[in-house]
Amino acid sequence: MNEAYALTETTYYILLALYQPNHGYGIMQKAEELSSGRVRLAAGTLYGALNGMCEKGWIIQLPVESGSRRKEYCLTEAGYAVLDNELARLEKLVNDGKKVLEETI
Amino acid sequence: MSELTTIHKWYWVWDFEKEEEWLNQMAEEGQLLDGVGWCTYRFRNSLPGEYVIRLDLDRNEGNFHELLADAGAECIGKVFKWAYYRRRTDEGPFELYNDIDSKEEYLNRIIRFIGIICMLNLGIGLFGIGAGSPAAPLNMLCAVLLAYAIGRIHGKKEVLQKERKLHE
Repeated sequence: MNEAYALTETTYYILLALYQPNHGYGIMQKAEELSSGRVRLAAGTLYGALNGMCEKGWIIQLPVESGSRRKEYCLTEAGYAVLDNELARLEKLVNDGKKVLEETI
Repeated sequence: MSELTTIHKWYWVWDFEKEEEWLNQMAEEGQLLDGVGWCTYRFRNSLPGEYVIRLDLDRNEGNFHELLADAGAECIGKVFKWAYYRRRTDEGPFELYNDIDSKEEYLNRIIRFIGIICMLNLGIGLFGIGAGSPAAPLNMLCAVLLAYAIGRIHGKKEVLQKERKLHE
């Protein structure tokens, strides 16, 4: 599942925000909350990324419940796998960096 | 009473960033964009810097408009395919595209859109020349201008791509 490529920050935070099913604006709020206000997903950026991730099969749109007008998205098995791989990759990056810095001290 | 001012101004299609900058400068000075038309901008008085204005090549998709409305953005109007939005500054920074991928995709959408109109003008122009239509040179001129516009927007894309070599 494209393991060779790093995820963009936008993609990473959208996947994190979708660990529980959420709608578009909810994803914006969740990403901001998770990153302590650092990651602000712009509406156009988020919308384009959601479409791309649906095409890749990492997320799907849930059927719209009656009474609710907002479309909710959730992660697929593939989406969870992409997130796990990215987390493992990021951990490696951090550890490699720490090793170098600690050796220097 | 809020006073209304109408200003007529022309921007080339590749100058959409300059147009947005001008509209935000007006908002900074307390002239808030309140209506748009062909080369026409209507402003009303507001508190200086109360709103941020953003332009977008409209997607024509209900889901996207809903997302913008949820995020507190208000559509001021549309001209041709360009949509004008505003959002209160006290709701935080307002951008429509804020990473390199989405900025590039946005420019690609604009290039595709201008490309279609350029090809249409070229086609009508060439057909017109054959048929001896007096409007044909005008179509050809439009096609040339639009091709130039595509070149200018390509330039913006190259700047982004250079940035991506170092940053995400």
